[in-house]
Amino acid sequence: MTTTLDKPTPEAPAEEGRSARSLVDAVFRAREIAIGGALALLILGTWLANPGFLDDQGVKDLLLNSSILVLLAVGQSVVVMTRNIDLSVGSVVGLTAFACGHFVSGTDHSALTVVLLGIGLGTVCGLVSGALVSFGRVPALVVTLGMLYIIQGIDHAWAHGEQINAVNVPDGVLSLGSGSVLGIPYLPLISAAVLAATGYFLRTYRSGRELYAIGSSPEAARLAGIPVRRRILAAYAFSGAIAGFAGALWLARFGTVVADAANGWELTVVSAVVVGGVAITGGTGSVWGAALGALLLTTIGSALVVLKVDSFWQQAITGVLLLAAITTDRVLQVRTTSALRKRSRR
Amino acid sequence: MEKPDKGLAPVLALRGVSKTFGAVRALHDVSLDLRPGEIHALAGENGAGKSTLIKTLAGVHHPDEGKILLSGEPVVFHGPADARDAGIAVIYQEPTLFPDLSIAENIFMGRQPRRSARRIDRRAVHRATADLMSRLGVALDPRRPARGLSIADQQIVEIAKALSFDARVLIMDEPTAALTGSETARLFSVVRTLRAEGAAVLFISHRLEEIFGLCSHVTTLRDGRHVASEPLDGLTEDDLVRRMVGRDLDDLYPKSEAEPGPTVLSVSRLTREGVFRDVSFEVRRGEIVALAGLVGAGRSEVAQAVFGVDRADAGEVKVDGRVLTAGSPTAAMDAGLALVPEDRRLRGLVMEMSIERNIGLTGLRDVRRRGLVSRALEHARAADWAVKLQLKYSRLADPVSVLSGGNQQKVVLAKWLATDPAVLIVDEPTRGIDVGTKAEVHRLLSSLAADGLAVLMVSSDLPEVLRMADRILVMHEGRLTAEIPRERATEETVMAAATGRAPDTDRTERTAAKEPTP
Amino acid sequence: MTTMTTLTRYLRWDTAVGILLIAVFLAGTGTTEGFANTDNLSAALGDVSEIALIALPMTLLVVAGQVDLSVASMLGLSSALAGSLWQAGFAFELIVPVCLLAGAVGGLLNGWLVTRVGLPSLAVTIGTLTLYRGLASVILGDEAVADFPETYAKYAAYTETMPGTFVPYPVALFAVLAVGTAIALHCTGFGRSLFAIGAQEDAAWFAGIRVKRLKLVLFVVSGLVASFAGIIYTLRYGSARADNGLGLELVVIASVLLGGVDFDGGKGTLGGAVAGVLLIGLLTNLLTLNDISNEIQVIVTGLLLVASVLTPRIIAVVSERRHRRTAAEESVPVSAAP
Repeated sequence: MTTTLDKPTPEAPAEEGRSARSLVDAVFRAREIAIGGALALLILGTWLANPGFLDDQGVKDLLLNSSILVLLAVGQSVVVMTRNIDLSVGSVVGLTAFACGHFVSGTDHSALTVVLLGIGLGTVCGLVSGALVSFGRVPALVVTLGMLYIIQGIDHAWAHGEQINAVNVPDGVLSLGSGSVLGIPYLPLISAAVLAATGYFLRTYRSGRELYAIGSSPEAARLAGIPVRRRILAAYAFSGAIAGFAGALWLARFGTVVADAANGWELTVVSAVVVGGVAITGGTGSVWGAALGALLLTTIGSALVVLKVDSFWQQAITGVLLLAAITTDRVLQVRTTSALRKRSRR
Repeated sequence: MEKPDKGLAPVLALRGVSKTFGAVRALHDVSLDLRPGEIHALAGENGAGKSTLIKTLAGVHHPDEGKILLSGEPVVFHGPADARDAGIAVIYQEPTLFPDLSIAENIFMGRQPRRSARRIDRRAVHRATADLMSRLGVALDPRRPARGLSIADQQIVEIAKALSFDARVLIMDEPTAALTGSETARLFSVVRTLRAEGAAVLFISHRLEEIFGLCSHVTTLRDGRHVASEPLDGLTEDDLVRRMVGRDLDDLYPKSEAEPGPTVLSVSRLTREGVFRDVSFEVRRGEIVALAGLVGAGRSEVAQAVFGVDRADAGEVKVDGRVLTAGSPTAAMDAGLALVPEDRRLRGLVMEMSIERNIGLTGLRDVRRRGLVSRALEHARAADWAVKLQLKYSRLADPVSVLSGGNQQKVVLAKWLATDPAVLIVDEPTRGIDVGTKAEVHRLLSSLAADGLAVLMVSSDLPEVLRMADRILVMHEGRLTAEIPRERATEETVMAAATGRAPDTDRTERTAAKEPTP
Repeated sequence: MTTMTTLTRYLRWDTAVGILLIAVFLAGTGTTEGFANTDNLSAALGDVSEIALIALPMTLLVVAGQVDLSVASMLGLSSALAGSLWQAGFAFELIVPVCLLAGAVGGLLNGWLVTRVGLPSLAVTIGTLTLYRGLASVILGDEAVADFPETYAKYAAYTETMPGTFVPYPVALFAVLAVGTAIALHCTGFGRSLFAIGAQEDAAWFAGIRVKRLKLVLFVVSGLVASFAGIIYTLRYGSARADNGLGLELVVIASVLLGGVDFDGGKGTLGGAVAGVLLIGLLTNLLTLNDISNEIQVIVTGLLLVASVLTPRIIAVVSERRHRRTAAEESVPVSAAP
């Protein structure tokens, strides 16, 4: 009854596919390279202007300052990859730092106990957010915003204006923040280890790839039989665990903790992740890029101090970087898509 | 019910399956047998329950009553994963892939070959994908991301996925709707290969010639009920249509002769880089002009550029001699243009809005009283057109999503006819709507033209083009290649122009020059 | 989707919030000394005046499927700008238009990035949130500028009310604007267009609605209102600081969503959003009067926010079960059943 007009199309030769692939590879790698390059330039420039920037103490400071943000960026990027967001991380860090401090004050608990406590508490927070997002099917931004308020409120109500003093924190815990091995402080080593493990997991394990799949197309993920809700729950639990870990490290590093530690960090973390090339619409990017983004943001802050530029500029620069990053992403995405279309059409 | 013919035992079967959504009975006591090595067609109008049946087999829906039998044993699918593990693969009309991931990852997501410590064996994944591609006879790089693949290639990826887990049952839901002829041919040869390997295939299509060309058995559904299961041998197209519709059809193409009036729409040298170029034509009052061509020839794109939803890079559109502002649908509407788009669920209607608000959306200035939107005027406007177009609805305040496809299309038509246009552009006006409504739409277009409306109709449905149009414009690879008056229009002349085989030496040369020698 | 429709037929969330608002008011009147008097109510309303003002354009944005997270930073930027100009000796009559201009330009940047570059508004405004707050620090550092002219300051403070009423000036302004915005959203073609854009942007564009222009206008208005709220905030507290209104964007969004405006766009009422703002205002006031600490108030806000998005879904699931429906093809990942 119905006839349709037909059209012959020549098959695309294999070489076409290969060149399209290398083009896309280049674009995907470009982000890590670009951020790495910017970071290198920034460090080089600052060092030339003030060689003190890269002396032993300078490097140590840089590493110490960035390690907690890098850690949080790793946790956040796992959530963002699944096309979600976790705005509660800042408040989780604050809560766990205070809780851990409260727990160890005047005792001689070991660093390990504190870390486990932090991770446990953080995981609980992450599980609550994750359960609401995945099983409650409510917008992630709204829920984690609500969780931000709730956790922050609990934290402040508990602290009630008090603070944890370094003198009450056992030395074993504090040495985690100040100690080092072969001249490299523990903190950046821990961050690097978490980063490497997460990066390897996301690349080489089925459940890691499934996180990318969920972010790339939730509908397709469901049809492919991926347990979408459980994976999202796990991503949030991971992000929470990392935030809790970061809270414990915060205590170890600073010793003195007030209730609003890491207050407002959630947006800095999201910025770092997005600058590092993890698209807020999910499915792309790597924890390596996110870590580089975090490193870049921290380095800008330190460089401004060394260059004696008003530190008030830091936030404005971060904002510009963030806008530049998403704009570049968008332009590149439009270009690659149309390039790939043309290739497949020919 | 026909007696199932002898042969192998069914690998997958439905027995007396019923499924209800709220007050709607989507399936009522439906049975179906799928045997290995057999391509089985599923026929029925839109809303007959085909999608529900597919989703039941795919594990998306659970039947309220009845059983699913897998190799004769009753099974319960808790989700798509269960159905997949049972060896059932579904290929949807528009595959849902992961655009950011590579073809190989798309195929093996969740089932990647692993090496020690449960790690993914990346090399094995790529090797297996390359094997699948060569088995299908397709040159697609396993590492290429799915973003930017044509729909045909996306379906190939889906089929490769089905092959990768040795699917025993392959369900194809209108896979050819968006394919070109050669892509369809390639798909069919792949499907025949699978049949030869012993797979059972369930094939759904609106195109009867595809059903007759590919399948050996057919099951027909009407209003969620099982009408017949029978071999296609000895069945005619008319028999099948009668089973689907339940009655003999009135004339599908009621075209009344019209006397063309003055030119109202004039398009000159319209160009959009990489899509179409140098398109010029005119449409007169009282005329139905069809824009024919292959899928991807740029017909919808021309229609959209004329209406201004896409911006043309060069050229101009005149309505009643006045040049339109480029890229402005508002200006086009003011000049008396209307566009009924191809994708009515995404572009034609706001699905969650009510019928009356959807119809009111094109006339927000007309339903005003003292500067504010008057609900009474809005309602009256909608009610008026609902009656004129014989819309079937319960309340005008209901969201359009509850209407059937044909009635949704009537709402889109109402929404645009209410603007009292001088030129109506319709893009695939009858795609995916049932045969009864199709005839109604044709009657409407014909009578509108008789009343002096200029109609530009983009259509892939060749009989519709041949019987409804006064004049046929044919596009090939972004260019207008022929203008054929009604008297000379035949399948052959239109197809020749559409495939670039027009007896126009100048054009054939140009086309030839465009093909690079590999 | 169908289940939501059935749900809204029985109970509309914005009505529920309205009822809750009245209940809180009555409960407050019955239990708390010093709640239901004009002085206290002026204070309660005055305290949320900036939030309320910004919530108006925010409601329009969310209905159109967008969000503007940069509003509080714009408030801070406007405040910092006003402070530094006042410090430099400019007339206050000149400062106000300059701040408003800054707000419009900031909104224009948001709108441009969203409509021309095609970026999601969430990402864009997280960026400008950082940028505008950063610019505020660049302009004013960590200084605080005070001593604004009393002639203007008194209009922002809730001690001064409209003659013959207990309504502070900013609240009166809000009331007028709220009525205007409600009419614009629910009774004009402009409003209908916003709902269409939020529900299905492509369909709106194909119906001849100027999608990009409308979105751009919304972002500009949002920036404009935020900068104006910045001036009110500065005058009300008598202090211009770069960190004025830090984190206020979250309270604004919380109020709007609490009022039943769908974060995914296309659904909601302005009345609901206003009820959401007032509910947060009254509740905060009531809790303060009962000596319940600020921390608990923050927790209550958070719980309300989660409840506002979760409750409708729970009701939907329950009614779904009751109707033995599986909305599987819509959103329930069936496979997640253990």
